[in-house]
Amino acid sequence: MEGFLHQILSGLATGGIYAAIALSLVMIYQATHHINFAQGEMAMFSTYLAWMMIDAGLPYWVAFAGTVALSFVLGVLIERIVIRPVEHAPVLSVVIVFIALLVILNSLAGWIFSYTIKTFPSPFTWQGSQNGYLSPHELGTIGVTLIVLTALFLFFRFTSLGLAMRAAAQNPVSSRLAGIRVGWMLALGWGLAAAIGAIAGMMIAPVVYLDPNMMAGVMLYAFAAALLGGIDNPFGAVVGGFVVGVVENLAGAYVVGTELKLTVALVLIIGVLLFRPTGLFGRRYVTRV
Amino acid sequence: MTAPLLEVESLDAGYGPSDVLHGVSFTVGEGGITTVLGANGAGKTTLLRAVCGLIRRRGRVRFGGTAIESKATEDIVRLGLAHVPDGRGTFVQLSAEENLRVGAITRRDRRGVAADMERMYGYFPRLRERRHQQAGTLSGGEQQMLAIARALMLRPRLLVLDEPSFGLAPLIVRDIFAIMRTVNREERVGILLVEQNAKLALELADTAYLLETGRVVTGGPAAQLRDDETIRRAYLGY
Ligand SMILES: Nc1ncnc2c1ncn2[C@@H]1O[C@H](COP(=O)(O)OP(=O)(O)O)[C@@H](O)[C@H]1O
Ligand SMILES: [Mg+2]
Repeated sequence: MEGFLHQILSGLATGGIYAAIALSLVMIYQATHHINFAQGEMAMFSTYLAWMMIDAGLPYWVAFAGTVALSFVLGVLIERIVIRPVEHAPVLSVVIVFIALLVILNSLAGWIFSYTIKTFPSPFTWQGSQNGYLSPHELGTIGVTLIVLTALFLFFRFTSLGLAMRAAAQNPVSSRLAGIRVGWMLALGWGLAAAIGAIAGMMIAPVVYLDPNMMAGVMLYAFAAALLGGIDNPFGAVVGGFVVGVVENLAGAYVVGTELKLTVALVLIIGVLLFRPTGLFGRRYVTRV
Repeated sequence: MTAPLLEVESLDAGYGPSDVLHGVSFTVGEGGITTVLGANGAGKTTLLRAVCGLIRRRGRVRFGGTAIESKATEDIVRLGLAHVPDGRGTFVQLSAEENLRVGAITRRDRRGVAADMERMYGYFPRLRERRHQQAGTLSGGEQQMLAIARALMLRPRLLVLDEPSFGLAPLIVRDIFAIMRTVNREERVGILLVEQNAKLALELADTAYLLETGRVVTGGPAAQLRDDETIRRAYLGY
């Protein structure tokens, strides 16, 4: 029983990371109707930036804040320079741009930092609660994810800028007619997504270790989470993330074994696409004309 | 009369390579109401989109003395031109109140925004009842009211409306037109109204133009067009 509880709790910890990345996928999807396949590599690259800062001697949380800020700026730049020019291009061209971005970031990281696996520190090293349910890092990860999700919720729900971003995502023409600079809102969305990805990367790196392919597995779970929750539903993506984390852990421990865990993500993705393409919480908006 | 609020001269505009509008000229007086009438497909919606910079256009457009023919929509709006688009442009997933907040999003005077929100609920009490409801679930009439209220939240100098009566019950249309009149009289907001319902529009407007296949075929004081024999027969049906 204790083991079971442990699996669930530790599933929630990784689930929080899937939730964060799924949320950043959904944010970009809502604004552009494209899935950012490069999200994981952006997060990986950010994590290397953090590693560099820590390696240079900066305290962990300074490196953390610096990485989040820098990733935000890089996200904005990627949108302005790479994505903007293909804004009105056919879907396939956009997908190719995303894939190119993924490959470039991956090889760039390999070239700069080499493909050797590095360890990445966890800031949560206290010795207090050795109750056997959760490691300090898992507990810390849950805390960080909850803070990020809450901050995002408050931002989108209660600030003017958050409202402008939501408006721009759902009705660009009406937004322009209200004076909103829609292009900049998209760039901001990319900045936010990159910043969230950076945090997720720094939280998962102590577990999966740092290397250019570290996000491959994580991304598969995050896609599963986003699809499960409904690709255009932010709340669904968050719930989906936690569900996928728990399911993954339980399946790994009791059903398929750790080696085959990743197939759980695939089964989920295919299952959702086949049986419920709108996801568990896929809202069909009622609209009267 | 003082300098016009909106002055459009020889405007050509269109979507693809070919133009829909050909050399359109008209004005809206300061605090005035101008209506542009025309059959379905005449180019009324295109005209409003061109004025707001949503589509490719060529010609001269001056708003409050500023040349806006090469400005971006966002900047034109920020000068005080609010557009209630064809199909209402509701933010269907936002609540009714959030729709109003979006309308005022470029304003920095929080108190003024709050006061205007109350004013809108005064004009349209049904919106107050439904303010926490998702806007997509409002009825057509309520969404039209919401669209007008959203535009007014900008505190515009010019309110541009694209067929606000379309598909609505006569009673609701009457309410909406009464509020347009009030806003025009009390706040001195200029109005540019595009309508297929020529009778209503000519009662409200001081100036009217008739658009046929992208060209202005006649224009002048609304009263004059009301009495014009051909217009009566073609658009008023009596
Ligand atoms: N988005 C568009 N793309 C291409 N052509 C359009 C578009 N919208 C309207 N048109 C064309 O422009 C002409 C005028 O349409 P419109 O301005 O909508 O007329 P109205 O509003 O008077 O009914 C029509 O011939 C229509 O086919
Ligand atoms: Mg029209």
